[in-house]
Amino acid sequence: MNYSEIMVRYGELSTKGKNRQAFIGRLHGNITKALHEFPALTIRPKRDRLHIELNGEDSTAVMARLSKVFGIQSYSPSVKVAKDMDAVHEAALALMNETVPQGSSYKVYTRRSDHTFELDTNEMNLNLGDFFVDHRPDLKVQMHQPDFTLRVEVRREAIYLSTQTILGAGGMPVGTAGKAMLMLSGGIDSPVAGYYALKRGVDIEMVHFFSPPYTSDSALNKAKQLTTKLAPYAGYIEFIQVPFTEIQETIKATVPEGYLMTVQRRLMLRLTAALAEKRGGLAIVNGESIGQVASQTLESMVAINDVTTMPIIRPVATMDKTEIIKVAEDIDTYALSIMPFEDCCTIFAPPSPKTKPNLDKSRYFESKLDVAGLMERALAGVKVTEIKSSDEFMNQDQDLITELL
Amino acid sequence: MIYFDNSATTKALPVVLDTYRKVSEDFFGNPSSLHAVGGKADEMLQSARAQIAQLMQAKPDEIYFTSGGTEGDNWIIKGTAIEKRPFGKHLITTAVEHPAVINTMKQLESLGFEVTYLPVDKRGFINPADLKAALRDDTILVSIMAVNNEIGAKQPIDEVAKILTAYPNVHFHVDAVQAIGKGLMPSLRNPRIDFLTFSGHKFHAPRGTGFIYMKEGKHLAPLLTGGGQESNLRSGTENVPAIAAMAKALRLLLDDEAGKVAHQAAIRQHIYEHVAQAANTVMFSQLTPDFAPHILTFAIAGVRGETIVHAFEQHDIYISTTSACSSKKGTESSTLAAMRVPDNVATSAVRISLDEYNTLQEADAFNQAFDQVYAGFKKLMPAHAE
Repeated sequence: MNYSEIMVRYGELSTKGKNRQAFIGRLHGNITKALHEFPALTIRPKRDRLHIELNGEDSTAVMARLSKVFGIQSYSPSVKVAKDMDAVHEAALALMNETVPQGSSYKVYTRRSDHTFELDTNEMNLNLGDFFVDHRPDLKVQMHQPDFTLRVEVRREAIYLSTQTILGAGGMPVGTAGKAMLMLSGGIDSPVAGYYALKRGVDIEMVHFFSPPYTSDSALNKAKQLTTKLAPYAGYIEFIQVPFTEIQETIKATVPEGYLMTVQRRLMLRLTAALAEKRGGLAIVNGESIGQVASQTLESMVAINDVTTMPIIRPVATMDKTEIIKVAEDIDTYALSIMPFEDCCTIFAPPSPKTKPNLDKSRYFESKLDVAGLMERALAGVKVTEIKSSDEFMNQDQDLITELL
Repeated sequence: MIYFDNSATTKALPVVLDTYRKVSEDFFGNPSSLHAVGGKADEMLQSARAQIAQLMQAKPDEIYFTSGGTEGDNWIIKGTAIEKRPFGKHLITTAVEHPAVINTMKQLESLGFEVTYLPVDKRGFINPADLKAALRDDTILVSIMAVNNEIGAKQPIDEVAKILTAYPNVHFHVDAVQAIGKGLMPSLRNPRIDFLTFSGHKFHAPRGTGFIYMKEGKHLAPLLTGGGQESNLRSGTENVPAIAAMAKALRLLLDDEAGKVAHQAAIRQHIYEHVAQAANTVMFSQLTPDFAPHILTFAIAGVRGETIVHAFEQHDIYISTTSACSSKKGTESSTLAAMRVPDNVATSAVRISLDEYNTLQEADAFNQAFDQVYAGFKKLMPAHAE
């Protein structure tokens, strides 16, 4: 079908009172960013919905992008016709033939913002109903929960017809809830945690610890590639890589084996909190799931969380692994996450870390380290990369390979 | 030069050799190496596998690289025999298979396995009812070629598959070496088929390349054990340049396959109609749809096949006696023998085999040369001729 525009309905934000303008403005900006590859579009935000005029752009491709913009409740591709009932009939029949299967139930729902049009809403509904009795005798009219609703919008400049209402990603426009740092390891859980934070309107920056030569470039590239999978929800994402080799080596040399992991996590959290403060982040998001591994017991959380008062959001804390995997598959991060590159959480991992570390002991062992100096040097080596969905980190030779094959 | 011996081997395409050379230079690492040079070679290897899988409508982990058709056939047959030894020692194949299958079966017979060789009718086809009768409780493998290499007969793979649906534990192998790119994809992708053998040099890839398809969930014992390449099923450092070249050749082969099949069929028909007019020719390949489009085998009664080959060579036209693999040994064709063609006729058989780059002009030139060759042999022919 040759659609002429896509009508976007706002999600929860319609309940947000005086912040409404800011929310719509943010969503407008996010949609514009998500659709920047389609220059011919005209995007018009209105009070209760937003109109995207396609001007010849491919509706399927545009909708694929829209499906990843949070803050959209639903959207409908629609056909624009002249305000002439013959034209309306012709276009409505073509639209129904393409999108509504034989034998379906339907109703016509008309909205009129142009009250000067010759037919009022009831007359329009009846007129089209009569028309379909003759031209689609297989359809049956059903007012309550029909299979399809033919929406007719009579506006000043034209009439718009649509039959499909596609559910959007829901949630809140990214950025409306402020910014947080996501601790991104490379595993299955942290990208899912990031997805949920984005969904509630939180803009995220990735914090990734890497420890060359104990971890390889492949592990770093994998974390960056995971970031490209979340980038479509956010437009782009800042990826902050923090060198962690010196800290890990020092901890290994100083701290008893049972507390290696706990102290290491405390340092990671300290660094992330420091980065958040420096970069305007209000919270930290991570992929911890209660009891999944030794560092994620409540006792461990107490011993690790001790280093900061900044809120730590743990979106997947109460989810089962299978539930997390399901979401990871839906957002296309799972296959990447299970690629076997050693990350800095697994190197130096003792055979039996303390599952119930003691807070005082954790503080004591950490106090043996030059925490300030270690942190200062790590933060001095930080590198920030802006990552877009189209970036490629894993298969850098893919263009050449495609050409050769 | 007119090259009509494409079932023996094909000429590697220049663009395929370009890929071979560039991959040799720029992706030379060992895919198993941990470092970036190895990683780059592995990326090429897996991309080639993914491309071949996609072209074959299969999954990447269903494609395993080999050195060619002979290895593929050996692996699937012997690998099945080893893997399924506890379940039975009976294998079924046909009397008209390529020597890579027949001689592998014979080797297994010498080790105590039992093999049933299904007979063919006088046109060269097995009867599916014979297969049904041959199946036993201890049958572990049925191996049947898709296209016969000597006369081009397309064996009834779909009917065999239907019968074997009732025997889900029997491995079903199809030697598809002569079938790829010849319009048989729907049959080759019959869901009952467990294993397929392919050879790269039959479709303009370099020698020493090939792959097998192994359906997800099926198992074969490896023949080549060692460093664990190919998911521990076919050890040996991967021949990445040749594999990449093969992936490219396969893509080119299957591009507009229907058009290429029609083109070869038209050439074959043009030659068939001319050769069949001559009084003393016997046509083994038919124009009916149960023959592949690229193979045309016939005999000139009273003239030895190798004499005919050399006579055409004088015209710079290259054909073969029925199969390059057996032609130098001077033995008569095993397929024609299985069809109960008398020895004196079978020894007169020659095979024309086409590729998608042959032309109707070449067919015309062949037909003109045929008239001269045929006239030259008149005194060798039976007295009542013409």
